[in-house]
Amino acid sequence: MAGRGLRIWSPLVAVCLGGLMLAACGKGSSAGSSASSTPASKAATGSQSSVASKKPVVIGASLSLSGDFSADGQAFQRGYELWADYVNHHGGLLGHPVKLDILSDASSPTQAVTNYEKLISSNHVALTFGPFSSLLTIPTSKVAARYGYAFVEGAGGAPDVFAAGLHNLFDVATPVANYMLPFAKWVASLPPGKRPKTAAYPTSNDPFTEPVINKAKSLLQKAGVRTVYYKVFPAEVTDFTPIADQVATTGAQMVVLGSVDVPTVSAFMQAFEQQHYNPKVFIASAGPDQGQAFLKAVGTSNANGVMVPNGWYPGVRIAASEAMVKAYVAKYGGSPSGINADVAEAFSVGQVVAQAVKATHSLSNAKIISYLHSGVKLSSVEGPVKFDSKGENIAALQFIFQWQHNGHFVQVLPTKAPGSQPVLFPKPAWGS
Amino acid sequence: MGGAVAKAVVDGVLTGGVYALMAAGLTLIFGVMDIINIAQGILVVLGAYLSYVLSQDLGIGLFLGLLITIPSLFVIGVAVEWAFMRRLQERERTALSILVTYGVAIVIEGILELIFGPNYVQLRAWYVNQSFHVLGFYLPYIYVFGFALAVFLLGVLYLILYRSRFGRSVRASLQDRAAARLVGVNVERVSTITFGIGIAVTAAGGMVFGATNAFNANSGYDLISRLLTIVILGGLGSIGGALGAAVFMTVIEGLVAVLWSPVWATLVFYAALVLVLVIKPVGIFGQRAARAQ
Repeated sequence: MAGRGLRIWSPLVAVCLGGLMLAACGKGSSAGSSASSTPASKAATGSQSSVASKKPVVIGASLSLSGDFSADGQAFQRGYELWADYVNHHGGLLGHPVKLDILSDASSPTQAVTNYEKLISSNHVALTFGPFSSLLTIPTSKVAARYGYAFVEGAGGAPDVFAAGLHNLFDVATPVANYMLPFAKWVASLPPGKRPKTAAYPTSNDPFTEPVINKAKSLLQKAGVRTVYYKVFPAEVTDFTPIADQVATTGAQMVVLGSVDVPTVSAFMQAFEQQHYNPKVFIASAGPDQGQAFLKAVGTSNANGVMVPNGWYPGVRIAASEAMVKAYVAKYGGSPSGINADVAEAFSVGQVVAQAVKATHSLSNAKIISYLHSGVKLSSVEGPVKFDSKGENIAALQFIFQWQHNGHFVQVLPTKAPGSQPVLFPKPAWGS
Repeated sequence: MGGAVAKAVVDGVLTGGVYALMAAGLTLIFGVMDIINIAQGILVVLGAYLSYVLSQDLGIGLFLGLLITIPSLFVIGVAVEWAFMRRLQERERTALSILVTYGVAIVIEGILELIFGPNYVQLRAWYVNQSFHVLGFYLPYIYVFGFALAVFLLGVLYLILYRSRFGRSVRASLQDRAAARLVGVNVERVSTITFGIGIAVTAAGGMVFGATNAFNANSGYDLISRLLTIVILGGLGSIGGALGAAVFMTVIEGLVAVLWSPVWATLVFYAALVLVLVIKPVGIFGQRAARAQ
């Protein structure tokens, strides 16, 4: 009898063990989200103690803590947590401490929708922050709109995100259409003899990447760069070898890759090196901006010359950014160059919401939405923020960064922008 | 275009070897033991992480490290079989095995995530990014080595299963467990060792996967559907079928990506599965044939 019981229960025990593990992970992230649990907050002053004793303002977010976007999702979680720490050390929101309620969506848009439904209608959070990526922002922003919640996010800049014309949606990052603008201008400015004559555009079919690549293609074609390859590949591809090898056979002098993550960029770089193909310029829409995570995957010397568009880097000369970088290293360790740009995007979301709450003296989502649409200019670790009628940040800064000198991530474009270093052009051979 | 097509075929053959290596353990366990091992994807990732630790922390070469990782995964396989699989009732074994191995996958994924974090890593060695020139093609060393390793290990597996006393015991116990017991076969012991071997060979697949892809603890999910497709197409339990199916699928996928569009390549991968199952439901090599060899 005992043996039969064991046979019946053993599969359930396995599943339960798995569930426990997941629950433990989830609990960890949730507990970690509470600013009151951090060592720094234990050293709070008397006034901060009085803040901590008040009822917390709970802010909900769904993040991709596992699945395809887990590296970005967990970087976002750190950004939100750093901001919560910061704001709780500076009096909280209207004198109330901030507590984050973060649910994991496993990189699934469906789960993300469920999470925001739960956060708003069941957990009754006061405010919501956005998830990671345009793919998840598109459906979840509609949930927030249905309940009248302001939806400030830092990683949903694709045109499709704004296509629904939602009034509650605000993206603190650079509009996607402008991502490659400094890059295209730089290519066009090169003397005809030096300017790459041909370009290949392999891109993932993600709502973020396709508009970026299509815009870049359009701008570069106007600059006289001939397109020799343009193909879209699905996000689910696990083997990029045939695609990358076909790009290599075109011999394009420039590759503009539409990627959302590190493995995609890494796979193309590996295949290019194996095929002894070294384009003069290699730029990817995302992936190389993930600091140490990128270097670990591709190898430091292979990264030399690789470019990526972004609005922030750890060395940016903005006081709030410098303070955030310092706080990040103190809390999570590592070095500034290893910080994922997603951290800054998430931190900026918190900053924008905090400024809106302070200005309106209210946690009312309607007032926050109205304030953010008023044309007011706000600040963030990524630079100025000003929303247009669609919720896009028209004041956002846009830079192109490049990995140089074995592990240094430097701003290179626009060439005349403060802090820009000379572009490493043409790209050095792989591994040098 | 001709060069690109020929390259796609060469890439498909070499990549197929890597997939066969990852799928070998799955077809063995699935076909011979009627157990659907949903944890195969995460076990590939576990094998990759073990190779990563050995090469990064102890400086042990990727191929030399297999002498450690293969026995390690064998022990894990034996432990999983002992703890869970042998307790499943025969009649419900296949269905329950999905639940159990899913639970095992989640536990392993959680542990890997806690240890290594979310960031992607990739295995490094001089031959990982290098290639050699032959007949107008650059052939990456890692894929050539991976293909050779696949042929070697699948050959060893074949000999164990179909040309050894132990292999006869495995197939006898699965055709009729009671009859096998009557002729002196220790059915439980045979099942445990078979499961262990199936998991052990995944260490090699994990090493090559980790050298050809950046990976983290979540990378297993992208693999499992493709590995199951290869195993079903090749015929449950057919080691050679796994290699043939993997090469067939990756060549087709590569050709579609080059000649048409990468968007359709993945669809064709699964459409080929449906087509084969309609024409021959037991796959290219059927389960019965595999057991009877």
